[in-house]
Parts: sequence; structure tokens; C-alpha cells
Amino acid sequence: MQTEARIDVEAVSVSFPLYHGSARSLKKTVAAAATGRLGQDRQHRVVVRALADVGFSLRSGDRLGLIGSNGAGKTTLLRTLAGIYEPVMGRVSVHGSINALLDPTLGMNIDMNGRENIELRGLYNGLPRSVLPRLAQDVAEFAELGDFLDLPIKTYSAGMVVRLGFALATAIRPQILLMDEWFLAGDATFMEKARHRLEAVVRGADILVLSTHALEIVRTWCTRVIWLEQGRIKADGPTDEILSAYIAQANSAA
Amino acid sequence: MGYRRVDMTSAAPPLARTVVLEFQADLSTAARSRLARNDVLEGLRLWRLAWTLGWLDIRLRYRGSMLGPFWLTISTGVMVLALGALYARLFRMEAREYLPFLALSQVLWAYMSTLVSEACTTFTLAEGVIRSVRMPMFVFALRTLVRDLLVLAHNVVVILVVFAIYDAWPGWGALMVIPGLALWICDSLALTVLLGGLCARFRDIIPIVNSLMQIGFFVTPVIWKPAQLGEYAVYLPLNPLYDLLEVVRGPILGEPLSALVWLGALVFSGLLCTATWAFFIRARGRLAFWV
Repeated sequence: MQTEARIDVEAVSVSFPLYHGSARSLKKTVAAAATGRLGQDRQHRVVVRALADVGFSLRSGDRLGLIGSNGAGKTTLLRTLAGIYEPVMGRVSVHGSINALLDPTLGMNIDMNGRENIELRGLYNGLPRSVLPRLAQDVAEFAELGDFLDLPIKTYSAGMVVRLGFALATAIRPQILLMDEWFLAGDATFMEKARHRLEAVVRGADILVLSTHALEIVRTWCTRVIWLEQGRIKADGPTDEILSAYIAQANSAA
Repeated sequence: MGYRRVDMTSAAPPLARTVVLEFQADLSTAARSRLARNDVLEGLRLWRLAWTLGWLDIRLRYRGSMLGPFWLTISTGVMVLALGALYARLFRMEAREYLPFLALSQVLWAYMSTLVSEACTTFTLAEGVIRSVRMPMFVFALRTLVRDLLVLAHNVVVILVVFAIYDAWPGWGALMVIPGLALWICDSLALTVLLGGLCARFRDIIPIVNSLMQIGFFVTPVIWKPAQLGEYAVYLPLNPLYDLLEVVRGPILGEPLSALVWLGALVFSGLLCTATWAFFIRARGRLAFWV
């Protein structure tokens, strides 16, 4: 039984407390509390606001692109949607199966062979044991590992690791697909093949949220674009409209 | 919020878990407790992952060595032999009386001190995973537990060998070790969550914890016997490490159950679990920011 996929985000803010230097220290915290400085400390605590007052809703069929400069909050927003960061303000509600393609080497261990890594990923995803052989076959075929499947990953070339990570990440078909831009890297011949596979996963997903600098990809895949700037939504609307505004600003800045 | 599993036997490519996430800022304590409880339940449901990760930790640590984790057994054995020969003389005790006691104590203490020190890195070691996929935090506590229980299982060989040499087998009373071990597992998980979380937030706790355990080793009857303390032995139950050591060690040495020891063990465990729960309810959602 599958629920209807949906995402609702209301007035969400996420801030990172900066634990550099002394804030990491128990000694300093205790000393501050003992001298009565803690209260003041809490109010003046240095935080980086990664997302501020972000709100939108997505329903089945929506294809959202997130654009903005580095540090605009795109990845933080993806992590918030994936349930990794819990917001300090506002409300996030996500229904449906999620696959977040954030880290290509998630849970991989370079000392284990390809097959073991595939099984481990299956466990991370909570897949039952019965589907693991099929997962291994699917991934091995796509990543073209051949005999390397039974060798430790540290013997792989960089390209093979990318292929394995990509194949693993895309072997799982979710209702909600959250993608960071890492997977758009890779050599040209692989990219052609990867694109087919990725497109199949994207087509199969009810909701896509994609964070990228590659505007062409956004234009091809997304029906709606949110432009983030310093953690806030600067613009939200149909792809063409927002992209033209974004490009216009980039040109005027240059 | 929770992970609901989807039937995947019929789907061609594996499907992801269906998740219902509902977060709101300024949650009530009841809502936070529910999230924390779900975290624990989901973690338990992923026991196969925890088991595999814990087992891999051991395997990869001893990768390429012929004896593998049995190096642990050998080093514990050598240590027990050396300490045993020395301290039996220092304490003027018969080897047949002292060595079985020492082997058992040393192995059990090794578990306690390893668990405490590895608890500190429970979450920080899993940083990469925590920041790239939503996982119940409890899985990582289970992983640390599994890893340390496996080490304990390898060291048990030393106890068996020493007991066989001195023919010191306990009777059926040794079965009373089961409630003691159950309490250990409970406390181990609580301590792992508490220390793992605190150490993620405050990076200077690890050396504090390690030096406390160092002191604990000397003030707890691990290599010396409680009886050697004479009249002061009555104060020993005030040491939580003693109570917890004794609920497992006592039955194996064939000593009668001590109500005071069990009372102490239960009170200290109760305090630990309460503190951990209060901490986990608040810290669970923040761990991803801390690691």
C-alpha cells in the first residue's frame, strides 16, 4: 500500500550553531554557567542561518529545481526534506518513500568488495534479504564492474567508484527523489548511459527535487524552480520565468 | 513519523522505504518522546544492519591478520597470565584461587571499559551516514553494542581455558548470570546513547571519560578481591561499577546473590536510563547538527 506522495513545507528555518573553538568545550560551557554567563551566551550564540522562512508545497507530478549560488541553502533544504535536519522553526511534512541522492559513497567501505558494499547499502535502505541478490545483479550489470565485483573497492579506479555509487543510488525507485548535483559529474560516455538510467528513475518518481547549477538540466526536467538566496526564497515559479530572471541577474552582475 | 515498510517482493527494482515525516519546531515533550521512542523501535527493526556493521568493524580491524579477532583472546590471555602470576604473589594467594577470579574479572572489566570508551565515538564515527540519509540514531548504539559483545565473546575463551585448568566450574547457580547480562545490555545501550551524544556535542569529554575509567579500574575490585578490603567492604556497593560488575561476576564465581549489590545495580541503572532518556528526547533531533 502506497500513500500519495506529498511535501509540505511551512515557514521553515534551519540554523547551524557554530561550535568552533570554545563552544565545543565542556569546560568553557561549565565555566560560563558557573559565572552566570550562560544565559547571555545563549542569546548571543553565533548561528548560521542556512534556511529562513522557506515555504512551499509539492504534489504528485511536481518537478522542482533548486537554483542559487553556493551556500544559498540548496543542500540544506534537500537534507531537511530528507529528514536529516529537523527544523528549528516551522513545519515540514513529507509523505511517501524517499531516496536522497546526496552522497555518492554513502556507507561505502573501501576495504570491502563490491558485492559486500552492495549488500550493505541494501541493509542501510532497510531492504529485505530477498531482494539483495537482484539489487547486486542490477548494480553490477550497470556499473560494468565485471571481476572487480569481488575485489575491495580501494583497488577500483575513480571512475569505477563513481559508477558503483551511481548505480547503487539509482537502483532504488522512490516516490520522492531528492538529488544533489554530484551525480552530474562523470566521464562523457558514462554520462550518456547514466542519463538514461537517471531519467528512468526520475520518470518513475512522483516528486523530484533537484539542486543544481546546471541550468540546462533544470530546463529539461523541472516544471517549477525555486531560486534560493542566503537561505531565503528569492523567487518561485515556472521554470522559464525564473531561469530568465536568474540568468538576467547573473549577466548584470558580470 | 516513522518508516513503514513496503512489500517489495513483486516490484522489479527495489523500492525505497515509505516514510512519513512530520516535523514541527517547538515540539511538546510528549511529541519529542514519541519521536525518540520511534527512533528506538526503528533502530531495533534495523538490527540486521547494526549486526552487520558491528561485525564488519571487528573484521576490518583485524583484516589481513591470520588469527583475526583471536589476537584479542591471546592478548587477554597473556595479560591474565602475567597479572595473575604477579598479583597472586603480591596478595599471597593460591594461583588456583586467584587466577579464575582474575580471568573472569579482567575479561568483564575489559568489556566495560571498551564499551565506555567506544560509546564516545558512536555518533561521530557515523558522521557521513548521519548527514546523508535519515537513520534512526539507535542503530549506531546497537552497532557499538554488537561490536563490543563480539569482542567479549572472543575473550570468554580465556575464562573457559582458565576455568578448565583449575577445574573451577560453577554450578547451575551460574544461570543467575542471565538477569545480570540483561541489565548489562540495557545499560550499555543507554550509556552508548548518552556518551555518544554528549561527546558529539562536547569534544573534550572523551579524555575525561577515559581518565575516570582509569580511576574506576583501581577503586573497583577487578584485580583485588572485595574481601581484602576488610570492614570497609560494606561501602563497595556505593560504587556503581562494583555493583554492575558483581551482578555478572558473582553468579559465575558461585557466590550467593547479594540484595545490596542488586539494589545498587538497579538504582544506578535506573538513574542512567532516566538521564539518557531525558537527554535523548532533547538531543535526538540535534545530533545531525553536532556530528
